[in-house]
Amino acid sequence: MAGLDTKDAAAATVAGQRLALLRRPERPAHLSVIVILVLFVLFGLPPLMTGYYTGYATLVAIYSIVTLGLGLLVGRVGLYSLGQGAILQIGAWTGARLLFATSQPFPVVIVEAGLVTMAIGIVVGLPVLRLRGLYLALITLMMAGAITVVLATINFPNGGGGFTGYNGTTVHIPPIRRPSIAGTDPAYFRYCVVVALVMFVLVYAHLRTRPGRAWAAIRQSEPAALAAGINTTFYKLWAWALASFITGVAGAALAGQAHYLYSINFTTQDSIILLAVALMGGVYNLWGAVVAALLLELLPAVLQNVGVSYDWLTILFGVGVLLTLTTAPAGLADQFPKDMKKLGLLIWRLVRPRRPPSRQAEREPGGAT
Amino acid sequence: MIEIDNLTVRYGGVTSLDGLSLVFEKGTCGLIGPNGAGKTTFFNVLSGFVRSAAGSVRAFGTDLLVMPHFRRARWGLRRTFQTEQAIEELSVYDNVAMVHSALRGAARRGDVLEAIEFTGIGVSPGAKVRTLGAGQRRLVEVARAVAGKPRLILLDEPAAGLPDEETAHLAAVIRAIPEHTGALTILVDHDMSLVSAVCETTAVLDFGRLIASGPTAAVLRDEQVMRAYLGTAEEVS
Repeated sequence: MAGLDTKDAAAATVAGQRLALLRRPERPAHLSVIVILVLFVLFGLPPLMTGYYTGYATLVAIYSIVTLGLGLLVGRVGLYSLGQGAILQIGAWTGARLLFATSQPFPVVIVEAGLVTMAIGIVVGLPVLRLRGLYLALITLMMAGAITVVLATINFPNGGGGFTGYNGTTVHIPPIRRPSIAGTDPAYFRYCVVVALVMFVLVYAHLRTRPGRAWAAIRQSEPAALAAGINTTFYKLWAWALASFITGVAGAALAGQAHYLYSINFTTQDSIILLAVALMGGVYNLWGAVVAALLLELLPAVLQNVGVSYDWLTILFGVGVLLTLTTAPAGLADQFPKDMKKLGLLIWRLVRPRRPPSRQAEREPGGAT
Repeated sequence: MIEIDNLTVRYGGVTSLDGLSLVFEKGTCGLIGPNGAGKTTFFNVLSGFVRSAAGSVRAFGTDLLVMPHFRRARWGLRRTFQTEQAIEELSVYDNVAMVHSALRGAARRGDVLEAIEFTGIGVSPGAKVRTLGAGQRRLVEVARAVAGKPRLILLDEPAAGLPDEETAHLAAVIRAIPEHTGALTILVDHDMSLVSAVCETTAVLDFGRLIASGPTAAVLRDEQVMRAYLGTAEEVS
């Protein structure tokens, strides 16, 4: 024990310096790329888009939060949830009700919707997280089905005052309000991008610190995690709660985007499609969530624009998941940069400046090309 | 000191530990025996992965078996695994810092870096484990075991599959553990040269029962031990 107790200030300083070296950002260029991209999306993109695409781009921002939560569960902790669509529905429902019943500022409502969804998520998660793999997927899918049925039966709120208000007729339904600073579609798009950004930063902060470490340990080896003193149940529940929170936030944002919510627009199938696109986008990479949201919301919009029916999507996603899992298991977000690098190398080989003749001659005899 | 009294573990009809009573005093103690003797089961009971059917384990006055398993690390129990369990996608630093319940606040960074340095792993603490070789991964596990204030360290075949020179380095590291941490270390290994190099005392299990214990050299010459390993009375080397 003596060896560990006798540490003087100098040694601590040295340790601090070593740690500073250790923790420097791995790729500073990476951060500037993200900043430029975000600035472009916030200020460059909205004027370029028609109203049609602005609506879908807003959905991409919102659904990227949902796939982020799902990616966190699947990729970082190894929990396969097929109930995220239902969690989103709870968030949307809570957000809509709070927006109808209270006059609180929109950001407050968004956070409250996240917290309520998180609380419900924890209640559901406590028994469910005892299961793993296929059984967890099965139970969460059934939960999604149950929540969908319940919300359809009690008439998913389409308007009316108070928390339970239901306007039986289909006329004169007041729209779900948006934040006062983001009433128009382009402004609301920017608003949702900022919300998504905050959620990404929240998840990133988790991944870089103690919970991220615990999740990585749990995913690879639960015995090792336990032996290291990690309370695996607690950290699994933490991941589940965080995913529920951000999905609830996304739900409230969705309520504002849609203006009107109908239970018919939320199906149990959504939860399955969500997992499919999350896997295609890539669950081990935060960019995967954005790619997944693009696949989920922008691809159908483009297809519809060129006259391809929405119904083709399920088949398309099925083939997509099969292709991704067999050829690029880490998803498009991981594979695309690699492919681009390869393509870049290939092009570079074709157009590179000629080498000095001596080296050319050296290569030619053995060259297969 | 750890006192094991009448420890019994059953898997269905198989009795893996059969009324084991044993005392490990201090320093580095060996635990050997043929395959299926119950060595890893013994570690798993101590870690809380396997429930005992009967018996008790008192470690430094604490009843270990009633503690929730994730609390045992905070108490000071550490272990490595037969199949190495360093977390690939984390850095060496994060792998060691995983033992977080036992390490708190400002002391943590220094403790983690000191543990890494102690193993002489020879790579940056920021290096990702997936880029390391088998020997270095074993050292990451050892660093995790000595980080913080361990009281009881269980090493489960740390040298399995390592070439001789890496085993020699590992042996030197293991030999230094008691002095460095003050912890009682129990080593399970099939490599008798490693066991005799680092363990002052050794206990031998066979079919879940204790068949010999005492100073390592004497135990390895014990007739019953040789019979358990080889079936004859030739010296075990």
